[in-house]
Amino acid sequence: MATGPRARRLPRFSRTERALHWVHASAFFVLFGSGLCLYLPSLAQLVGRRPLLKDIHVYTALAWLAALALVLLAGDRRRLLADAREIDVFDDDDLGWLHRRGNPQGRFNAGQKVNTIVTAALAFLFTLTGFFLWYGERNHAFRLQNALVVHDWLMYISFFLVLGHLYLSLVNPSTRHSLSGITRGWVREDWALKHHAKWAAEASRED
Amino acid sequence: MSDVPESLPPSEHRYGRRGFLVLVAGGASSLLWAGPVSSFLSPLTSAASQLVGNLFPVGGWRIYTISGSMPIFDPSSWRLEIGGLVKRPRTLTYDELTALPRAEQTSTFHCVTGWTVKNVHWGGVRFQQLFDLVQPLPRATAVRFVSLEQPYEDSLTLEQLRLPDAMLAYRLDHQALSRPHGAPARVILPEMYGYKGVKWLTRMEFVAKQPRGYWEQHGYDQNAWVGRSNGYRS
Repeated sequence: MATGPRARRLPRFSRTERALHWVHASAFFVLFGSGLCLYLPSLAQLVGRRPLLKDIHVYTALAWLAALALVLLAGDRRRLLADAREIDVFDDDDLGWLHRRGNPQGRFNAGQKVNTIVTAALAFLFTLTGFFLWYGERNHAFRLQNALVVHDWLMYISFFLVLGHLYLSLVNPSTRHSLSGITRGWVREDWALKHHAKWAAEASRED
Repeated sequence: MSDVPESLPPSEHRYGRRGFLVLVAGGASSLLWAGPVSSFLSPLTSAASQLVGNLFPVGGWRIYTISGSMPIFDPSSWRLEIGGLVKRPRTLTYDELTALPRAEQTSTFHCVTGWTVKNVHWGGVRFQQLFDLVQPLPRATAVRFVSLEQPYEDSLTLEQLRLPDAMLAYRLDHQALSRPHGAPARVILPEMYGYKGVKWLTRMEFVAKQPRGYWEQHGYDQNAWVGRSNGYRS
């Protein structure tokens, strides 16, 4: 793979897209950590201060939702809508890629599309079950016996999803350059041509 | 958006929003079926949970330990010591405890971590029976409950223990209390979170000043009223 200062750069993710990603990512880790301290007896024992942890968990969830709304309101909505449309549509190359046939990919590969869709559903379901957990304590008519079980299942699913995401973005040598796209906003053209050939060809022409 | 064609070429499919809606519908509907599924899987998850430090939900219940293992109840050697500020300290065997007049109740169990089990049937002894047996001194204001699982302990005031549904339970859902649920006997006070209900009970000590229990020393509230303590607000 060509490297070095002369490699061409392709703009990959805008500030709005990066803000959306990092709002989501940072909130996830705070919520995951504080949630585990509330849930696992061994951690609860180690950390203590349950009311404080609970406040951190609940207020982080509110801050997360508010920050997502802020990004949507103040950010580049046109760009986000374009992303949503792109993620919505799976073409034959995407289906081939999912069957490990190595088909050329657009700006989001099929795996990234699936990850985004599952993450969006998890975010919605975490919010729904979290609301019932929070409000159910204040009004027992809203206390759903299964809300915590589902909240926990979502936690396990997210944990493994994030683990895979971190492996691909931080560890796996052939994919970890993708991190540059979501931190600095650009990726090397040679990397893009290999991993997102259809998008890279188009982006190079526009450049 | 106006620049999006209504119909896609045959090689393209709108799987994204369909997938999202299927996941959301499946996840939201699991609020109805997650409990039974979780109970069905509980023999498996229970074993796995014990192995890895109670990580997985077990049926409606989560079994927590602070030491990593559950005390074993031996009916021949188990004793319940009742002492402290009382006129007549007593040591009860399991048979003596279960020979006392039995009370039954169905109540909801609330854990401070957020889960709830409804319609739990308990059988056991009202605390007033034990009070009559040992006759607390006027100076006694609370009882310190000590578990076989050391160093777990907690306490309740005499007033709280006289609430009509406070109980020293030795039966759960019409069977003898099982090991995970605190065999042979545990404290039940449905109005408070479960950490106040000491399991694997071995000692009751009447005291003048209510001591802080295991979780209280880790920042939990002494009076663990459901919905009105530990950061929960009514």
